[in-house]
Amino acid sequence: MDGLDRFLHTFFNAEVAARYWPDIIAGMGVTAGVGILVSVTGLVLGLALAILRALQQPWLSLPIVAFVDIMRALPPLIVIIIFFFAFPLIGLSMSALTATWLSLSLVLAAYAEECIWGGMLSLPRGQWEAARSTGLTWWQTMTSVILPQAARIAVPPLTNRVIAISKNVALGSVVALSEVLNNAHSATSNAGNPTPLTMAAAAYLVIFIPVILAARRLESRWQWKV
Amino acid sequence: MSALPILELVGLHKAYGSLEVLRGIDLRVFPGEMVCVIGPSGSGKSSMLRCCNRLESFQSGQIMVGDADISRADVDINAVRQHIGMVFQQFNLYPHLTALGNVTLALRKVQGKTRAEADRLGMAALERVGLADKAQAHPAQLSGGQQQRVGIARAIVLQPKIILFDEPTSALDPETVGEVLKVMRQLRENGMTMLVVTHEMGFARAAADRVIFMDGGVIVEEGPPAEVFGAPKHDRTRAFLARYTGGHE
Repeated sequence: MDGLDRFLHTFFNAEVAARYWPDIIAGMGVTAGVGILVSVTGLVLGLALAILRALQQPWLSLPIVAFVDIMRALPPLIVIIIFFFAFPLIGLSMSALTATWLSLSLVLAAYAEECIWGGMLSLPRGQWEAARSTGLTWWQTMTSVILPQAARIAVPPLTNRVIAISKNVALGSVVALSEVLNNAHSATSNAGNPTPLTMAAAAYLVIFIPVILAARRLESRWQWKV
Repeated sequence: MSALPILELVGLHKAYGSLEVLRGIDLRVFPGEMVCVIGPSGSGKSSMLRCCNRLESFQSGQIMVGDADISRADVDINAVRQHIGMVFQQFNLYPHLTALGNVTLALRKVQGKTRAEADRLGMAALERVGLADKAQAHPAQLSGGQQQRVGIARAIVLQPKIILFDEPTSALDPETVGEVLKVMRQLRENGMTMLVVTHEMGFARAAADRVIFMDGGVIVEEGPPAEVFGAPKHDRTRAFLARYTGGHE
């Protein structure tokens, strides 16, 4: 066997691929599903935290800032491990899926809060004053004037965060979540051949290239009309 | 001129910490009047204006808008604000909405009007400021003067009892100041009541019914423009006007 054949036999082995593709597909489903769940929960929670922080009540802002700073400082891997291995000791057991979903959602929420809050802060005070001077309530001003503008500013950093956090679903493998990378890794060990890892790489491309294209579309669509 | 003022300030005091910016303001604005407030920077004229719709709080004194006492804690301030339009130095248009969207937002959100009804009223307001053809333009596509006229349309569409103008032409290029002042003159001819903080001395002299000169947080002098500009009684007024007009006349 020459070099190219050895390379193809090792990383693109049809026989191994045929045997393990159902595991990879199942893993893709888990990765995509958890990724979507995490994105929705994290963005909704982050938005809610940013709105609460905009109320400018110290008893709300201080815990939010503490939460956000801690979640951004900790590696997501550690958060997952704490939820899965430490929380059962205080009577809070959860499945690998729940632990992964919850951990990554909280981490995304922290980043999303910062992105959206930053967007709100960058708006001139006059936006609030103009809306309030016409009789809009705080909430109406928030939903009709502030959030639409803050969201536009926050979209590019948010899409990056959503993509990054969705790829972190792979961290669920430490608590035996059957996501695509974990399944590929097991298959690689069983087969004694890394072709399943190649398949996992392809699976990531299949999942994330459309997400990245959609994000780019969203970003350009939300540009200011000038 | 009717006997009942539309806006009445009694003994208004305001301080930022230990810095007193308003030290007892008494002022009445009557229906159909255009009152111009002049004075040096830091004299408290913008603070006074912004107290009138409670964009800023004040420590003591009373402000009546019609029969609503907005100094009371239990007043429905959002309801009263419908009757007090405000036009800002920096326009403060909503950049994500069209000109028409800017003008109709409060009609739809606060007054609960349908989009069709709000659009009809909004177009009429844009017509009055001469910008009906720019209804679908976003603020970034408009000149400063056009943006400020949209700002005025946003105020008049709610049919307020009075409009507060906070240095409406100070952020404008000299060549677009005129179009905004022209719209303000038209409003006055149509009987709109206006309280205008301005540095446009020529406009105040020509268009105001009454001129207020403020300095150091108090009203130093007030009267018809011919008197305040032509024969000021106070040294401080004279000094201010000399400084202001000295370069130009």
